[in-house]
Amino acid sequence: MSSDAHGAPAPAGHGLKQPYHLVEPSHWPIIGALGGFLTLFGIVIAAHYHNYIMLVAGALIVITTMAGWWRDVVKESRTPGLHSKVVQLGLRYGMLLFISSEVMFFVGFFWAYFNFLLFPETQGNGQLVWPPTNVFTFDPFHLPLLNTMILLLSGTTVTWAHHALLEGNRRDLLRGLGLTVILGVLFTTFQAIEYSHAPFKFYGGGVYSSVFFLATGFHGFHVIVGTTFLAVCWFRAKANHFTPERHFGFEAAAWYWHFVDVVWLFLFACIYWYGAGIIAVE
Amino acid sequence: MADTTHDHAHGHDDQHDHKPGFVTRWFFSTNHKDIGTLYLIFAVVGGLVGGVLSEIMRAQLQFPNNHIVTDGQQWNTIITTHGLLMIFFSVMPALIGGFGNWFIPLMIGAPDMAFPRLNNISFWLLPPAFLLICIGLFMGESGSGWTLYPPLSNATYESGMGMDCTLFALHLAGASSLLGAMNFITTIFNMRAPGMTMHKLPLFIWAELVTAWLLVLAVPVLAGAITMLICDRNFGTAFFDPQGGGDPVLFQHLFWFFGHPEVYIMILPGFGIVSHVISTFSKKPIFGYLGMVYAMVGIGVIGFVVWAHHMYLSGMDVDTRAYFMGATMVIAVPTGVKVFSWIATMWGGSIEFKTPMLWAIGFLFVFTIGGVTGVVCANAGIDEVIHNTYYIVAHFHYVLSLGAVFSIFCGFYYWIGKMSGRQYPEFWGKVHFWLFFIGVNLTFFPQHFLGLAGMPRRYPDYPDAFAGWNYVSSVGAYISGISTLVFLYVCFKIFTSKVPVADNYWGEGATTLEWTQTSPPPFHTYAELPRIL
Repeated sequence: MSSDAHGAPAPAGHGLKQPYHLVEPSHWPIIGALGGFLTLFGIVIAAHYHNYIMLVAGALIVITTMAGWWRDVVKESRTPGLHSKVVQLGLRYGMLLFISSEVMFFVGFFWAYFNFLLFPETQGNGQLVWPPTNVFTFDPFHLPLLNTMILLLSGTTVTWAHHALLEGNRRDLLRGLGLTVILGVLFTTFQAIEYSHAPFKFYGGGVYSSVFFLATGFHGFHVIVGTTFLAVCWFRAKANHFTPERHFGFEAAAWYWHFVDVVWLFLFACIYWYGAGIIAVE
Repeated sequence: MADTTHDHAHGHDDQHDHKPGFVTRWFFSTNHKDIGTLYLIFAVVGGLVGGVLSEIMRAQLQFPNNHIVTDGQQWNTIITTHGLLMIFFSVMPALIGGFGNWFIPLMIGAPDMAFPRLNNISFWLLPPAFLLICIGLFMGESGSGWTLYPPLSNATYESGMGMDCTLFALHLAGASSLLGAMNFITTIFNMRAPGMTMHKLPLFIWAELVTAWLLVLAVPVLAGAITMLICDRNFGTAFFDPQGGGDPVLFQHLFWFFGHPEVYIMILPGFGIVSHVISTFSKKPIFGYLGMVYAMVGIGVIGFVVWAHHMYLSGMDVDTRAYFMGATMVIAVPTGVKVFSWIATMWGGSIEFKTPMLWAIGFLFVFTIGGVTGVVCANAGIDEVIHNTYYIVAHFHYVLSLGAVFSIFCGFYYWIGKMSGRQYPEFWGKVHFWLFFIGVNLTFFPQHFLGLAGMPRRYPDYPDAFAGWNYVSSVGAYISGISTLVFLYVCFKIFTSKVPVADNYWGEGATTLEWTQTSPPPFHTYAELPRIL
C-alpha cells in the first residue's frame, strides 16, 4: 500500500469468512455476446440488403439469454447463503450505476434537442426558428398530458405496492403492482396511437421529427422494458418470492420505473410543451 | 507488507484448487483472474493488428510519392481502424479489463469481482466488436477517422456497410466497457477488506475507480451520438444533415463530450500502475498520497468540462474558446501535482533500475513531453496554426501511444511474475525497453517539427520539403516494430521459463496486498478476508 501516512497494511486472516457470492461458471455471457453481435450485424444487413434473418435470430438469442440469465439470478437469490447482506448492497450499487448510465444516454438526446431549440438551423420567415415553420406539433394538453397523468399515477401505484409489501399485505401488493403494469401498457398504447397520428413523418422528416421520434422512442422502449420488469415482479410476488425484509428485485424495478417516469416529465416539459409550435389540427 | 501473515486458508495448496475444465474455464468463466488473462491476450492481439497498420502507414509515408497504399479510401480506413483498435481494443482492454480485473480484487482483499458473470460478458462483447471493425477495415469502407465526424461518416461520403459495422463495433465495445465500469465501481465501493478505508486504497485502485466513473458517465453519450449517426445513415433522420435542419457540429460536441474523458480513461490506470512501480523501486511510500488521489479525482472532474478544445476551428465564438482554453490549462495543475509527486517519490530513494522501473521513468519522460505540448495545443490561438497537423499527432501519441503504452508494459513487467508465476528475462526486458524508447521517440519527436512546418495529418503523401523528418519518423517506427518482436520473444521466454518466483519478488518496496498471495495466486483468493491495520 503506497500511502505515506499510513504505512503498509499488515493483512491478517482474522477468521472472517468471505461473505460474497462467487458465481458458478455460466454459458449465458458468451451466448449473449453472440446474440448482441448477430443483432447489430443483423441491423446492418437489414439496412443494406433488406434481409432480416440475422436480426431476428440475434434478437431471439438476446431475449433467450436475458430470460435464462435472470432465471439463474432469481434461483440464486432464493438459495440460502448466496445473496448475503453485502451482496444485496452490491446489487443496489449496480442498479444505481446502470440507471446513471441510462440517464447519460438520454442526456445525449436532450443535448441534441436543446442544440436545435436554442441554436436553430431551421428557416422560417427569413429567420432561424424552432420548431421549423413547416412542422406542426402535437397539442401537449391532449394525449401527452393524459400520458403524463398515467405515468404519475403509475408512480403512486408502485409506491402503494411497495408499502403493501413492507407491511406483508400480499393482496394489495399484487393489486398495486398489477395496476402499475396495466398503466404502463396503457401508456405504450397511447404512445402508439399518438405516433400513428403524427403530423410529421420519421423517414426524411427533417430534424424535428428525428429528435422527437428518437427521444420519445427510446423513452417508449424503456417504458416497455420497465413494464416487463414490473410484470416479472408481479409473477414473483404471486409466487411469494418477496418478503418485507428482502425484495430487491421489486425495488430495482420500482427505481427503474421512477427513472422512466422522470425522463418522461422532462420530455413532456421540454419537447411537447416548451417546444410546441403551431398545433396540428386533426 | 508482503512478508507478514499469509492467508493460509488457500495460500499454498494449489492442488486443492478446483479449476474447471478447459471450455468452462475459458469460455464460461466467472473468475476475475482468468477473465483478466483473456483481456490481456486480447489486448496483445488488438495491439499487434493496430501496430501492423501503423507500420504500413509509416512505410507509405517514408518517402514522398510512395505507392504502398495506393487507394486513398483504403488509406483513410487504415487511419480510422488504427486509432479505434489501439484505443478500444488494446489500451482499454489491457489497462482496465486486464490489469483492473486481475488486481482490483487482489489489492482490495476481495475474493472476486462484484458481478463475476457480468464480468465475462464484458470481455466476450469485445471479440465480436473486433470482428465488426475488421469487416469495416477489409471492406475499406470506414474512412472517417476515429472521430467519425459527419459528413465524412454519413451515407453520402461513406455509403457502404463497412462504416455501419465500425459504428456498431463501437456500440458493442461501449457496452462492454460500461458493464465493466459498473462492476469495477461496485467492487471497489462494496468489497474492500475490513479496515481498508477509501484513504488507504492503493493508488491503482483509485485510478481504476475514477476511470470507471468516467466510463459510466461518458460512454452513454457516445452511444447516443453514434445511434443518431446510424439513424442518419440508414433510417432517414437528419441530426447531422444541414439539408434537414441538422448540425454536423452537434456530433463533434457529443463525440468530444465522450472523447475527452476517454483520453483520461486511457491514461488514469497508467497513473496508478506507475505510482506503485515508482514507489516499489524507490523503496519509499508514494509522496503525497492524498494529493495523488485528489489530483486524479480533479483530472476526472475537469476532464468533463474541456471537450470543445478539440473543436477550436469549428466556428465557436471567441468567448467559448477562451473558456475552454482556460479550463483545459487548469488540468495541467493536478497533472503537475502527479508528475512532481512521482519525482519526489524517487527523490532520496534507494532506486533500483529493474525493467518495470525503466518503463516507469520512460513514462515520466514521454508523458511530461506530451503534457507540455498539450499546454501548447490548449491555446486556441496557437491551435489555429497546428490544428489537424502532425503536431497534434505527435502530442497525443506522446501521452497515449507512449504514455499509456509505457504504463501497460510497466504493469506487465511489474506483475507478470505475480500473474504467471514465472520470471521474465531481465536482459530482454531491458532490450525491449530501450528499443521501444528509442523507436517511439524517433517516430514521434520529429512529427512536432513536421506539424509546425504545416504538414497536415491523415494524408498518404506530402511535398518533398517534409521528406527528411518523415524518413526519420519511419525508421523510428521500424525500430519500435522490432522492439515489439522482442516483446513477443520476452513472452515466449516467460512461458517457457522454469524459474519460479517468490510471493513478493520485489521485496520491501512492494507493500500492497497482492504480494501476500502466492505467485501465481490460487484460483480463488481470500476465502478468509484479510484485515488492514
